[in-house]
Amino acid sequence: MRLLCAFASTIIFAGSPAHAAQVGDMVSGDALSQAIRFFTFADPSVRYALAGSLLLGVCCGVLGGFIVVRRMALVGDALSHAVLPGVALGFLWNMSKDPVAIFIGATLAGLLGTAGVAAIRKTTRLKEDTALGLVLASFFAVGICLLTIIQKLPTGRKSGIDKFLFGQAAAMSAQDVLLMGIVTAVVLALVTFFYKEFLLASFDEGFARVSGLPVRWLNHLLMLLLAFAVVVALQAVGVVLVSAMLITPAAAAYLLTDRMHRLLFIAAAFGLLAGGVGAFLSFLRSSLPTGPLMVLAASGVFASAYFFGPRHGLVPRWWRHRSRSARIERENTLKAIYRVLEDRRFSGESVSISEIGKLRRESDVETVARVRELERNGLATSGGGTVQFTPSGGQRAREIVRNHRLWELYLTNSASIATDHVHDDAEKIEHVLGEDVVLELAKRLNYADRDPHGREIPGLVPETQERGRSAR
Amino acid sequence: MIGSLIPAFDFERVIVEPWAGAASLYGWILLMGFLVTAACGLVGNYLILRRMALMGDAVSHSVLPGLVIAFLLTQSRGTLAMFAGALAAGAATTLLVEAIHRRSRVKQDSAIGITFTTLFAIGVVLISVYAQQVDLDAECVLYGEIAFVPLEPFATIGGVEVAPPSVLRMGGVLLAVVALVIVFYKELLVSSFDPGLAASLGINPTVMHYSLMAMLSIVIVSAFEAVGAILVVAMLILPGATAFLLTHRLWKAMVLSVAHAAVSALLGIHLAVWLDCSVAAAMVVMGSVLFGLAWVFAPEGGLIARALHARGIGRDKVGSEEEAA
Repeated sequence: MRLLCAFASTIIFAGSPAHAAQVGDMVSGDALSQAIRFFTFADPSVRYALAGSLLLGVCCGVLGGFIVVRRMALVGDALSHAVLPGVALGFLWNMSKDPVAIFIGATLAGLLGTAGVAAIRKTTRLKEDTALGLVLASFFAVGICLLTIIQKLPTGRKSGIDKFLFGQAAAMSAQDVLLMGIVTAVVLALVTFFYKEFLLASFDEGFARVSGLPVRWLNHLLMLLLAFAVVVALQAVGVVLVSAMLITPAAAAYLLTDRMHRLLFIAAAFGLLAGGVGAFLSFLRSSLPTGPLMVLAASGVFASAYFFGPRHGLVPRWWRHRSRSARIERENTLKAIYRVLEDRRFSGESVSISEIGKLRRESDVETVARVRELERNGLATSGGGTVQFTPSGGQRAREIVRNHRLWELYLTNSASIATDHVHDDAEKIEHVLGEDVVLELAKRLNYADRDPHGREIPGLVPETQERGRSAR
Repeated sequence: MIGSLIPAFDFERVIVEPWAGAASLYGWILLMGFLVTAACGLVGNYLILRRMALMGDAVSHSVLPGLVIAFLLTQSRGTLAMFAGALAAGAATTLLVEAIHRRSRVKQDSAIGITFTTLFAIGVVLISVYAQQVDLDAECVLYGEIAFVPLEPFATIGGVEVAPPSVLRMGGVLLAVVALVIVFYKELLVSSFDPGLAASLGINPTVMHYSLMAMLSIVIVSAFEAVGAILVVAMLILPGATAFLLTHRLWKAMVLSVAHAAVSALLGIHLAVWLDCSVAAAMVVMGSVLFGLAWVFAPEGGLIARALHARGIGRDKVGSEEEAA
């Protein structure tokens, strides 16, 4: 099989290694000297490759923002495969890699593909995913047929058209970059100009329609822009992986912000980053195609956002969850100490470890660990098997017990829930009630001082001053 | 310019010669094409029903790194290593997609897109880095080479040369798929159409999902060499989609998919001979043409039938059909 594949590739791609215009193999140096060459930008092809990669990053990032929030990610995938026959026909137009002909061919093929998806969905019972898969694969197959025909032509071998499959940023010419620049400028200008309309049509199509926006034309325009973005990205990333440059940076941005304009800016920045890093990495070693490396750079960005994004990231979420559970545990321990004190009518201030343990039905070892936790947070002090509140600890304990009992009373009085059913609910809510809510609760309950079980609802101030307050 | 690329249609060269001159060569290609498309098509029917067509797309891309890593680890191209690699890759795809869309606000479609492009990119980079050690190259990955199947050294059973090993393997996979489809016909049917009912009948939806994904991975990896990662998607979706335009019954759709596989493989060979292009791609193109024909001419719901109905011939029938759909 190895021989056969090698055989196949030498037949089909004869000549392609010889002309492979990769920046990397112009000078055979080690990675370090290659990196230096890259960053001095002395080589024009380095400049073109980098400029092209950055342009495609911005262009795909911005449009990707729209397709990610519209759940059209796989439309981008279908579109990117569907442009292949257009690329091949654009090449055949005058047997050269004329950027304009390829651009026009690819855009038309992409639009034809999306029209095909729409037609299949409209006139058959097949669902969208099937329609997308059908168009993607059929167009791609036609493209491969044309490509294999081109590869057998004498001029085709030198064309470098196979670079459109996996992308080679280094194969770009000044003309290509110029065209990419123009297309990116057009895309950015249209998105800026129609930003409000696109936003509305993306998030609330019904409202956009009744507001009199031409939603259908906006959707067509978005498809056209998407086709532009795919074509811009084609040279550097290749047909197969273009969709990643649309989806991944935008999805990463989606994890970081809720505002659409911020999402678009962040997605563009991530696209830029992925494009630059991908171009740089593929430059380090001559055999590496640009596209997959850009995609991996984008995936790296996404993974960072997925794990470390401040609001939605897994690690911060896990951390918040952990610190919240720790706080709830601390508050439950404080409550237990308060209950012990209450049971002996607040005579003395020290509570023994075993008394807390008995109340919470826990072993002394566990209780000692809980008390340590309180000490670390300055809520209690301990010594010789006994525990005392610090002033802040006592305050917090009263607050929690107050929250708990006020809530129980509220449920009993206002929601008519039986007194033996209110405890569990109060057990959860006591940790999250805010100051304002508690004040409002107390007011509505006419500053009652007994909970439904007859226990006293503590005030917020220390015991000695509370007497005067409760007379109010 | 473009016109001159397409050779004149020479009946003798395109239709007769392959079978008169090199029947055994084209026979194996035809058989392999049929086996690949039939196995993919049968699994594809369920993908279409369960709206998982794009999971097929995703898995077909992401088996690549599984294949390459299995190869690098075992340094062999054994069937077992290949299947293990593909199963691992299929499971990784499913798990990653779930992890991304369950645990973050990213939606499922984006999660699929991110997962398979990442895995595919890893595969391509591995191939480029270990080009000397891996006997895959990027072009084989893209469109395979079914044309080289008959050139493989034939597998021998009891000293007799039987068939190229990839044909034998694909045949085995097809038989296994057929057997599974027949044995679990009811379970697959119920869980595809009514997951709620399936769960109440005691069919575990998770088990069904993962078994289907496992079957998908195996079928895709055995088809991989012949048709490459992307054309496999066509083989998965085209037969089923064509069949569903023609019938409402699942078992009929299955039979039609197999017929579609046979016809598109045969026509594809002739197209490839005529245009001198990639055989696998030509088979897909002919499969698409068959889909187009079904789309236009399907007796119920085809474009022509719709146009006739829209003109007022049997308007009520269209109405009842819309309801049924």
